Amino acid sequence: MIYMWNVSEDDLESIAIGAGILGTGGGGNPYIGMLRAKQLIRENGPVKVLSPEELDESDYIVCVGGIGAPTVGIEKVRDKQSYYALKAIEDFTGKKATAIISNEIGGSNSVEPLIPASLTGLPVVDADGMGRAFPEVQMKTFFVYGIPAYPMAVCDEKGNTALITQALDGKWVERMARAVTIQMGAVACYALAPMTAHQIQTTAVLNSLSLAKELGEAVRVARTANEDPIEALLNVHPGKVLFQGKIMDVDRQTTAGFAKGQVVIEGMGEYESNKLTVEFQNENLVARLNSEIICIVPDLICIVDTERGEPITTELLRYGFRVTVLGFPAPELWKTPEGLATAGPSAFGYDVEYADLELT
Amino acid sequence: MHIGIDVGGTNTDAVLMDGDVLVDKVKNPTTDDVTSGIIACINTLNASKPNDAKIDAVMLGTTHFVNALLQRAGLAHSAALRLCLPATTMLPPLVDWPSDLKDSIGGHTYMASGGHEYDGREISPIDEIELRTIAKKMNDEGVRSVSISGVFSPVDDSHEKIAADIITSEIPSMKITLSSEIGRVGILERENAAMLNACLVEVAAKTVAAIQAAMGSAGLEAPLFFSQNDGTLMQSEFAAQYPVFTIASGPTNSMRGAAFLSGVLDAVVIDIGGTSTDGGMLVRGFPREAIVAVDVAGVRTNFRMPDVFSIALGGGTVIKQNPLVIGPESVGFRLTQEGMVFGGDQLTATDIAVANGVAGVGDPNLLSDINASFAEEAINEIQKRVEVVADQIKVSSHPVPVVLVGGGSILVKNSFEGASDVLRPSNADVANAIGAAISQVGGQVEKVYSLTEMTREEALNLAKEEAISKAIDAGADPGSVEIMDIEEIPLAYLPSNALRVKVKSVGNLDTSKQN
Repeated sequence: MIYMWNVSEDDLESIAIGAGILGTGGGGNPYIGMLRAKQLIRENGPVKVLSPEELDESDYIVCVGGIGAPTVGIEKVRDKQSYYALKAIEDFTGKKATAIISNEIGGSNSVEPLIPASLTGLPVVDADGMGRAFPEVQMKTFFVYGIPAYPMAVCDEKGNTALITQALDGKWVERMARAVTIQMGAVACYALAPMTAHQIQTTAVLNSLSLAKELGEAVRVARTANEDPIEALLNVHPGKVLFQGKIMDVDRQTTAGFAKGQVVIEGMGEYESNKLTVEFQNENLVARLNSEIICIVPDLICIVDTERGEPITTELLRYGFRVTVLGFPAPELWKTPEGLATAGPSAFGYDVEYADLELT
Repeated sequence: MHIGIDVGGTNTDAVLMDGDVLVDKVKNPTTDDVTSGIIACINTLNASKPNDAKIDAVMLGTTHFVNALLQRAGLAHSAALRLCLPATTMLPPLVDWPSDLKDSIGGHTYMASGGHEYDGREISPIDEIELRTIAKKMNDEGVRSVSISGVFSPVDDSHEKIAADIITSEIPSMKITLSSEIGRVGILERENAAMLNACLVEVAAKTVAAIQAAMGSAGLEAPLFFSQNDGTLMQSEFAAQYPVFTIASGPTNSMRGAAFLSGVLDAVVIDIGGTSTDGGMLVRGFPREAIVAVDVAGVRTNFRMPDVFSIALGGGTVIKQNPLVIGPESVGFRLTQEGMVFGGDQLTATDIAVANGVAGVGDPNLLSDINASFAEEAINEIQKRVEVVADQIKVSSHPVPVVLVGGGSILVKNSFEGASDVLRPSNADVANAIGAAISQVGGQVEKVYSLTEMTREEALNLAKEEAISKAIDAGADPGSVEIMDIEEIPLAYLPSNALRVKVKSVGNLDTSKQN
């Protein structure tokens, strides 16, 4: 088998930046996940990354991720829970995994598959179930296109495992898993939905780990060379600058586990005398230019520091920051009627039709 | 009367204050041992004070301890003990430390049972036999100071306290730092901060004793206080236990002193030196805190630190023409030799300011070759960059007073975008020492409360009471303590059954209670 590349310690620095950008303001800070992966890669050597096209029909690919509150995860830090969950799924199905896939490339979940991969020697598939960050378990392209969201194993660090063997739909899996996670101390990892090569190739967002790495590398290279990191990002991935300016106001409230709110940005340079409002629920969902919607979920709305290209999560937004708001088109899998039903504007309570982000 | 002292990299400054009035000031070079420079200042002020005046207190802001970390000098052989098992093991204590710093303190780490969940449940109970075994092992390894960090100790610190008792009963001489007394939620950063404290306690005890002894032999009976990072004071016995709280007092004292000299409480303070411009924001007299992780001697911590925004622009910044490039290179302290108005041949920001009539130093005739429209373009850009620093550090778009200090402040015009007023205080050269001298006493609490057992109001009241009693414990006059700030941070991605609360209190130093 030919592996595309190996994840080195240095790559992790790039992935952390790229995953932060693809996290669209949410997904949790990748710093701790990056340190965990670094620690294991230091002990066990680089993790192999496999292109989705190179998967074999006999392959059996398990999706892993972290679930819980990011604020708790910085105190009770995750250990090998995703490895335990992978083993639990193997025991339940009686089949050995041959590769691991990320549930979510945005934020801290981008690096979670590297933990069980390093512990088992299995490769990670260069793909994920979102191509960005979303708050709930069912919001994955796999599940939109018919893969069942079960069996799912949720594990804590103590040796507890909960198995969800059957559910009406992905939303029920989310509800049950979230309830178990709270009992486990609001930090857990899961493994779910074993898939075939064909299923990955047709229902996953492909090449997203490489994309995170390339985005991060572009930012790092631009910083070192004193070049514009925004331009560097757009050279890697087609998207556009939605707005540039300075944060004027941040309004935030946390309700029912969601950090909801909006940030108002006053235009600078060519955007002078315009105003952009970005509304968020953990992730950035809608960008309005002087009240007209110019980008909406599932398209990606990413707020980065204008000078350094550093992604800014919603909890760090603050008056005075000079920011650039980038828009990237959502993966095509999200733009179908089924995709939009799961993670389009209506899934977040917006009574607005989705319209493609225009790149020109 | 009281004395405020600031130990900087170059100079040790001291002021004698009668209440809010500056009586006398003195500047001495900072000495290698630091202490003798401090004592020289005290002696000068003590000798020149009016005969009937009595010195009630000495307030000291010092770089002693951060220097000890940077030079890896005098650090105690220390161990980090984490109460966490079976959780939080993949990233052991000291995981991201510079290896030479880790080596210089011995790098001993232990993980044991204990710690809590976010909602106050135990991860596992404390195992006394396990801790006694660890204590013996630490002693065998020559460890003299230990930091104890329990998972979610900001929610429940009981395990850290029990573990401290067990270790003390086994090894009575062991110095102990509890993470719950040092930092906030975020185990790695809090544990790092506690560990920095643990390795500094020996040098802190020695330093405090040396300064007190020297004060005694100088005939000064007044109590000694140390400036903390957040602009409040702590008694010297606390400083000996918690030296880490002093390591960022310099910028805080500078901002507070500058604002005090200008008579404002809410202001942006801009310090323009030879190579850089630093901006900070004072809210009700205290610096706004940084919200991101803070790097101390290469170690990631989550201390309460002042938020400072800096750019490479100062009086010595080199200016290039066609096209206009401002810095980042600077001639720094060589400005008075290399700057064109001083007869040198390097075009600097100061020359541009003189050419435009903004500043009046050196000989303007030496600038006759400079094109007027270029000079105007350059000064406008310099002004804009400093205005951006002020704007980046502000908390809202509302205009606030801007206090300008530092030798490079001559670059900036009084018409300042976003400023309600531009203030240039006199005596700004001893702003740091004044900042130390005017410090009050404070208490801060940052905890996570589970709302299954109490209401939000009860949680807030508990936090307020604890903040007030912390201020009184630290030496505040009980009648003067007030709540400065309350911040509620609900936990995201969870139904709202837990609340993170941050409360700050502050009061006047009760000098009658001292001695």
